[in-house]
Amino acid sequence: MSASWTQKRDRFGGLGVYTVIYLAFIYGPVLVLPIFSFNDSIYVAFPLKGFTFQWYEDMINNPGMLAALMNSLKVGGTVAVLSTILGTLAAKAVTRYRMPGRGPVVGFIMLPLVIPEIIMGIALLVMASTGGIPLSLLTIGVGHMLLCVPFAMVIMISRLEGFDKSLEEAGLDLGETPWCVFWRVTFPLVLPGLVASLMLTFTISFDEFILAFFLAGTDVTLPVFIWSQLRFPQKLPGVLALGATILTVTFIMITFAEWFRQRGDQLRKVS
Amino acid sequence: MAERAEVSAARLEAPRLGLVDRIRAAAMRHEPIRGYALLSPTMVWMLVALAVPLAILVTLSFWTQNYLDFDRTFSFNNYIVYFEKPIYLKLLIKSVKISGAVTLATVLLAYPAAYFIAFKVKKNKLMWLILITVPFWTSYLLRVFAWKVVLGFNGVINSGLITLGVIDAPLEFILYNPTAVVITLAHAWAAFAILPIYVSLEKIDRSLLEAAADLGEGPIMSFLRVTLPLSMPGIIASSLLVFIPTTGDYVTPNLVGGPTGIMIGNIVASLFGKANNWPLGAATAVMSMFFITLVVCAFLWFTKQVRERVA
Amino acid sequence: MSDEHIISIQGVSKEFAGVKAVNDVDLGIRRGEFFSLLGPSGCGKTTLLRMLAGFESPTRGEIFIDEQAMSAIPPHQRPVNMVFQSYAIFPHLDVRGNIAFGMRKSGLSKSEVNARVEEMLEMIKLPGYASRGATQLSGGERQRVALARALIKEPKVLLLDEPLGALDKKLREQMQLELRALQKRVGITFVFVTHDQEEALTMSDRVAVMSKGRVLQVEGPMGLYERPTTRFVADFIGTMNFFGGTVREAANGTASIDAGPLGQVRAATQDEAFTVGAEIVVAIRPEKLRLTFEAPGPAVNVAEGRMGPAAYLGDRSHLYVHLTGRDEPVAVAMQNEGRSAVGIDQTDQPVWLSWADDAIVLLPDE
Repeated sequence: MSASWTQKRDRFGGLGVYTVIYLAFIYGPVLVLPIFSFNDSIYVAFPLKGFTFQWYEDMINNPGMLAALMNSLKVGGTVAVLSTILGTLAAKAVTRYRMPGRGPVVGFIMLPLVIPEIIMGIALLVMASTGGIPLSLLTIGVGHMLLCVPFAMVIMISRLEGFDKSLEEAGLDLGETPWCVFWRVTFPLVLPGLVASLMLTFTISFDEFILAFFLAGTDVTLPVFIWSQLRFPQKLPGVLALGATILTVTFIMITFAEWFRQRGDQLRKVS
Repeated sequence: MAERAEVSAARLEAPRLGLVDRIRAAAMRHEPIRGYALLSPTMVWMLVALAVPLAILVTLSFWTQNYLDFDRTFSFNNYIVYFEKPIYLKLLIKSVKISGAVTLATVLLAYPAAYFIAFKVKKNKLMWLILITVPFWTSYLLRVFAWKVVLGFNGVINSGLITLGVIDAPLEFILYNPTAVVITLAHAWAAFAILPIYVSLEKIDRSLLEAAADLGEGPIMSFLRVTLPLSMPGIIASSLLVFIPTTGDYVTPNLVGGPTGIMIGNIVASLFGKANNWPLGAATAVMSMFFITLVVCAFLWFTKQVRERVA
Repeated sequence: MSDEHIISIQGVSKEFAGVKAVNDVDLGIRRGEFFSLLGPSGCGKTTLLRMLAGFESPTRGEIFIDEQAMSAIPPHQRPVNMVFQSYAIFPHLDVRGNIAFGMRKSGLSKSEVNARVEEMLEMIKLPGYASRGATQLSGGERQRVALARALIKEPKVLLLDEPLGALDKKLREQMQLELRALQKRVGITFVFVTHDQEEALTMSDRVAVMSKGRVLQVEGPMGLYERPTTRFVADFIGTMNFFGGTVREAANGTASIDAGPLGQVRAATQDEAFTVGAEIVVAIRPEKLRLTFEAPGPAVNVAEGRMGPAAYLGDRSHLYVHLTGRDEPVAVAMQNEGRSAVGIDQTDQPVWLSWADDAIVLLPDE
């Protein structure tokens, strides 16, 4: 009779129904966007008119939007790589060495998670302007890295804690230098974590608006561009088309990442 | 007492080490040195990109705007203005209230779903989690904008209600007010709430629940006495992850808040933008940070008290 | 010079946050011997082993391997290899990849390395396993692969960190014999860490018993069992009955001791010198006590008591005898030679314990 109540209650009892409603709440508004991206009207409002691909054509023929997209890809890619490197180094240090002050150090690196973005945005803006640094994609990248390093570190810490430290020691013991041990042992084992970190940090940077808004020069990222378009009703359907496209691409990427992660877990089970 | 273990007949000479070897030996001997060496790039980066800008921001808050330039003499003027004009504190309190409501709504809405996935779903838990998080990988701006479409004058709700014949003309009060801000933010940050709660629920040793049942607690009491307290770390993490960023948000109030829904972030943004008074903006930001920290500390203290009381 | 010692540990201490895990250890390990570090968990044996491998560095002192000081030599340059407690089999490589891992800089061609791997697989009795994934191995197989991976490097010393701890009892006993035979065959010095005294005694040429960071005694298995020099070692290895005693007389290789409930005890002393009147500890192993239901002849080395609880273990029985003036019963082990075990179901019967002069171990009072 022990814990039958936690297990036996029908799966789709009250809680199941609630969760489905919760999912509807989460998906509902998001799905509105793709619907209107095919709606043959510049007004994003009901009732729906006819079906059209016109907004997708607009999207492709919008050089400003494409430039912003390229900027976002550039910034996101660079930020993902650099913040994953910094996050991995920090994670390796705190998981592999006995260090006094480990707690405060980790806390300091995690600080950006608990500071409102707007404050980090203006702080960096003020530093750039007092230092005479012109605003550009570079300053946006700096802001995004600030946000991304903690996420990368958290992911890598959990990955590094997930496998036995003695695997690396065994590598050293068998005569490989620390650098070679990293490439021959650590790297293949943390690869799934690295991929997860790259994808998450890329997505954070790709979607980040507030920091980018304060730190953008003449070159803008996609969210800043979208923000400028939200004021012009006639530009909106094109933005929605872009949003729907991004949603589709992200979905494919997440599915891929998940597949990759599960492969990693299978590796981890034996280590 | 311990008899000296057998020692090698001839004691070997301790070696004379060269400088390189000495440094090497010292590094091998002192693990923290190696740890901090590995950590230093990240630490330097965080100092340059976080600590220094924040320090400059605090310094700036004691300066004064002088048309296009700053008057760099130290003064409390900005803070005096901040406390004399009621709008700043009022907006800050309103922001905290809105974010508090958002946090409460987000956690309350997310908890049952997280509970369902952690305890009721047996296979494909991951699929459920992905299903819940996928929408949050779309653009934040577009997600917020979507609510404008849903709640707007010709939006989903109004169209729906008109089609159903409940109302004749579109309702105007559902968009452009604090409630719209709360709904939108509660939706936008749902994933941040559900994941930490899920993780903390998933960690709970199932035999504890069996023990509670075995000791004669009913489902509700064992939830209150076992599951809920053990999932508190997740609830606290969720609350902070939602509360802190939303307090500073200004996208959502800007898009769906209308005149009554603006928050402290909008003021800060405008002081750094159109109003062009950076020092006052810096002071506002510093005060916001200060108050948010206070609220967070109070929240942590309160939850600790509650947990101790229960335990 | 010190040709017989391949490892020389001199005055080595290791502190973790102010706590001495290893405390001023001097130790010499002979070339080609099977040497065990034995002690309860937390005694510092694993830390000592990890200092040999280079994963920890001594806070003080120096370690020499083949007369070369190790303090500035990182793990990957040391002439030792290790078998880890968790085996540390690389999960992303197959068996061949694991065994050949350390051969990259050996100067051998790929086919030569493969041939060596095949040899090693023969040696560990896993021929044909080369392409198995690390995930498909059982605990015992992983242990063998870890052994092959280390031995293919032909280290001067092989370090083994409780390598049998994770195996079940049968497999463990089999691996003990195999490891011992393997060590004799390859002739490499083995340093073996274990908390299992039986394992240490079965396998080792010599054993160092450690407690609280110190090495208490270094001896061959028989010496350790028969001539412990401290109460800790006497207690940790096997079972021992302890009695407090006072020296009454000591001359010509025998000592007369007043051992309270045990009565007058005569013990053979070898080279220890005892002063009359000194407080010492008298220790005797359960199997060295003879139990009879009638008083034996001589009055020395005899004690009278009552039968207490008894446990029948098949080949032998563990009996407990109550002596007047002592709360704790005395343990006696008896071989069950006949069909009916002696001492079972005879609680409260009067019995006599007797023993030979050389059965007694005299220990300093701590």
